[in-house]
Amino acid sequence: MAIVKTERHPEMPPPVTQTGVIGWLRQNLFSNWLSSVLTIVAIYIAWQAMSSLISYSFINANFVGATKEDCTGTGACWVFIKARFGQNMYGFYPEDERWRVNIGYVLGAVGLFLVLSDTMKSKKLPAIFLFVIYPVICFVLFSGSFGLEVVETSEWGGLFLTLVLASVSIFVALPLGIVLALGRRSEMPVVRMICVGFIELVRGVPLISVLFMASVMLPLFMPEGVHFDKLVRALVGMSLFSAAYMAEVVRGGLQAIPKGQMEAANSLGLGYWQSMGLIILPQALKISIPAIVNTFIGLFKDTTLVSIVGLLDLLSVVKAGTTDKNWLGLATEAYVFVAAMFWVFCFGMSRYSIWLENKLHTGHKR
Amino acid sequence: MTVDATSQPRGAGDSILRDPKVRAVFFQILVIVLFLAFVFYVGNNAAVNLEKRGIASGFGFLSQPAGFGIGIVLLVDYNAQVSTHSDVLLIGVINTMAVATSGIVLATILGFVFGVLRLSNNWIVNKIAMVYIEIVRNIPLLVQLLFWYFAVLSVLPRVKQSINFGDTLFINNRGVSFPSIVPESGFMFVVLAFFAGILGCIFLAKWAHKRQDRTGEQFPVFLTSLGIIVGLPIVASFVLGNPMHLEYSALKGFNFQGGWILEPEFLALLIGLSIYTGAFIAEIVRAGINAVSHGQTEAAGSLGLPSGITMRLVILPQALRVIIPPLTSQYLNLLKNSSLATAIGYADITAIFAGTTLNQTGQAIEVIAITMAFYLSLSLSISMFMNWYNKRIALVER
Amino acid sequence: MKKASFIAVATAATLMAGAATAGTLDDVKAKGFIQCGVTTGLAGFAAPNDKGVWEGFDVDFCRAMSAAIFGDPDKVKYTPTTAKERFTALQSGEIDVLARNTTWTLSRDVNLGFEFIGVNYYDGQGFMVKKSLGVKSATELDGARVCIQSGTTTELNLADYFATKGMKYDSVLFDTSDEVREAYVKDTCDVYTTDQSGLYAQRSVLADPENHVVLPEIISKEPLGPLVRHGDNQWGDIARWTLNALINAEELGITQANVAEMKSSKNPAVARLLGVSGDLGAQLGINASWAADAIGAVGNYGETFEKHLGMGTQLKIERGLNAPWNKGGILYAPPAR
Repeated sequence: MAIVKTERHPEMPPPVTQTGVIGWLRQNLFSNWLSSVLTIVAIYIAWQAMSSLISYSFINANFVGATKEDCTGTGACWVFIKARFGQNMYGFYPEDERWRVNIGYVLGAVGLFLVLSDTMKSKKLPAIFLFVIYPVICFVLFSGSFGLEVVETSEWGGLFLTLVLASVSIFVALPLGIVLALGRRSEMPVVRMICVGFIELVRGVPLISVLFMASVMLPLFMPEGVHFDKLVRALVGMSLFSAAYMAEVVRGGLQAIPKGQMEAANSLGLGYWQSMGLIILPQALKISIPAIVNTFIGLFKDTTLVSIVGLLDLLSVVKAGTTDKNWLGLATEAYVFVAAMFWVFCFGMSRYSIWLENKLHTGHKR
Repeated sequence: MTVDATSQPRGAGDSILRDPKVRAVFFQILVIVLFLAFVFYVGNNAAVNLEKRGIASGFGFLSQPAGFGIGIVLLVDYNAQVSTHSDVLLIGVINTMAVATSGIVLATILGFVFGVLRLSNNWIVNKIAMVYIEIVRNIPLLVQLLFWYFAVLSVLPRVKQSINFGDTLFINNRGVSFPSIVPESGFMFVVLAFFAGILGCIFLAKWAHKRQDRTGEQFPVFLTSLGIIVGLPIVASFVLGNPMHLEYSALKGFNFQGGWILEPEFLALLIGLSIYTGAFIAEIVRAGINAVSHGQTEAAGSLGLPSGITMRLVILPQALRVIIPPLTSQYLNLLKNSSLATAIGYADITAIFAGTTLNQTGQAIEVIAITMAFYLSLSLSISMFMNWYNKRIALVER
Repeated sequence: MKKASFIAVATAATLMAGAATAGTLDDVKAKGFIQCGVTTGLAGFAAPNDKGVWEGFDVDFCRAMSAAIFGDPDKVKYTPTTAKERFTALQSGEIDVLARNTTWTLSRDVNLGFEFIGVNYYDGQGFMVKKSLGVKSATELDGARVCIQSGTTTELNLADYFATKGMKYDSVLFDTSDEVREAYVKDTCDVYTTDQSGLYAQRSVLADPENHVVLPEIISKEPLGPLVRHGDNQWGDIARWTLNALINAEELGITQANVAEMKSSKNPAVARLLGVSGDLGAQLGINASWAADAIGAVGNYGETFEKHLGMGTQLKIERGLNAPWNKGGILYAPPAR
């Protein structure tokens, strides 16, 4: 007569308080009294913020119409943004010529996609297209020549100008930054000193002062009769500024490459430039891509500063709209719109950089 | 790349030009020559251009009377008719320092609070911190500043309808006014008592530390220090018969007069800078705390340390080593970003010196050089201080 | 070596640049247009219209110059400049002439290396306040917060005026007039101060112009005029006499409409000005019909004034000092002969 139970007791489900929705709530929101208080306060704050934001920008907002009279004033007046949408996107670029900008966008998007995605086996062709042919096409398209109507850079503006500023600056800053980073790690004291001096000087001062310098002092440094366009001056300032930051990013990448790589390259008989170009830089740049993207995000946000030297970037065009007599009193809409535009771009890029980081680090992940 | 060329046998085709050392020297001379040629070329152009346009150069303009009014003047006696451009420079420097210092303090507090909240086990708190960080980091600072200045602070009530807190604190679209402390004779001693208190606390902390090393007994240093620093001036003040009085702000004419007023320009800049930089600092703090291995917490727990002490004595000191270097660059960014003041009318060095003085005198090169030199030296001193601090708390390997 | 050739090129560029400073007129003729510096947008003086075409009183001066030189008023490119940038833009040669309501002062004329070619608008600094404040005179402004555009003579005049009246003020500086206006509208400051013409222009673009009042006091002399670089007298002469031609045309009764028939006028002064007799154009180095082209393009001084600033416009500025000398004003152009 055995009182030992031979068959297995059926498994009991875990207590309801530990699983499912309730369990999750207990664990994540109400684990102790402090947490519970925090949760309630947080929910209240979040609710307040969300509800007022949604009612301001959607429920009570006005989307339809053509003038300020179409806005009820209870929420955001998006009619304002819509009515001036062309100007916000292209500045004073002549309406009949805006297709040129759009073609530039499309070509750029295609080029970027081909370079960044894995659809093409060899990235040589798309890279040549994006970094050599595309800039030339854009220059011809945007400023006009070969029969296209000339559009002065003073007519460029809006998001278009912001994108031009950001992409040209990064295009110039990256190679310049690589050169500076190599110079900073050079064994020749003179080269090193000049590079360190430049990098630290530029990184130690605000972008505004660099832009002031470019817009006020550059003309004085040029020989008589040589003038730069206002846009070119801003581009020079922004490129030099971001080159210094880029140099530090690339230097970080270079430092991460073990010394053995260089020694191995030397023992194969490769010279300095060969080993740099074929062995070190490809590895260093690859690991610094996420940091480069982050620098680019910073650069993209910094383009708003050109409004201080009088260029009509996205921020200043939208802001100029708020001083239009027919659309007075809509500053909040303007800033929210600009903020949202920048947010979409920057957040997208930062997600991309995180994704890239994970992708590139697969080899080392434990 | 240090290849000792001399030890290699020279082939017939190897000339002295292939010796890396010789080449390095040659290349450096070339770089120096090019660099000097560039500097000379630019300098020469500038000199020619300036002469051709009849612009006088030099720093003589600094001793000329400025002749314009400045909105926010702290510590300095400024009179548009008498004060010179060098006074303008000084005021710009002080205003920049004022907003940068208070911004750094606020941003650090904000950053640490949100960095810790971001790691909270509480899902919703965690997410709110994340939303704050992700929104603020991805919007240009200039847009945020303009938003605070033109869309938030300017919709506060007008002066006549100020929000009034018991006739002492007034909030309106011209800023925040609150009573100021007006010193009377003998006030110096109260200030001295304050500093003496601080000095006393330093000694107290050292003594308590030694005693703990010797006997293991702990001493409530923090509370005692607080008592000394606050108590000593109060005692001194009572002994001397309160050598000060409060000056209340009052509406006179257009605006509040008397007391202290925080101008909306200053507030917008301070709020914008701290919220923006705070978001970056929060990410740094989160990364720093995450970098401390979890085993440390477990080890501290197994020693019986409560969670507060674990954080203070085990986790944070280790996290700080990771946090300090990027924190330094955020402080530098905040300082440099304070130059955006010019967009919202705050009288910092960029706005009044690199702006107004440059315009009134036309001395572009000198003014911009001085401005850049100021930022550069301040940046260098902040990074030197932080490097020193970093070294102090660095892991001492034995 | 590549580097060596770079130096050679740079040196050559310096030498060439040294030789290429013949004259602004030749440069302008060679490139085919005048680069004219204007404001970033001040209603009535210079502002782009809906189609992005620049219009205004100052713009008309540039158009008149273009007509005088090329016989075509549209050979002008406009560079919008902030108060801060305007002088470097002219100094560096980025623009050929600055027509941007700029006050003629000794230090600007002498120290900054410019040449003011005349006065196209006699102005003075004034104050604008909200009617609700109940202020009737500038002497009641003690303790007010004042919004100003930085980089102007306005800042200096303001400090002087308040000091002589023994009053205090608090100034808030912005870079562009739009920002100043926004701050004023948002009640960040009590007072908006700038040249009176500017105040009228800014008031005209407010949502409620009737609730704002321009105070009667004028605290400074602000002769506004176009300017060119110092040292190129021929170019300065062309600019100066284009302006004088427009002023003289009003006095002589030449208008945009009748300029063609006035060419057969019996009045010798008209004939000389319009290039029917004499060689004034040749003396300046431009077409004989320069003045006729300029007037035909934009009208005489009075016409441009009425078109952009006068009582028929939103600005509603009276001629006042800017009427001809024989009609109660002080506009007095030297004779063209």
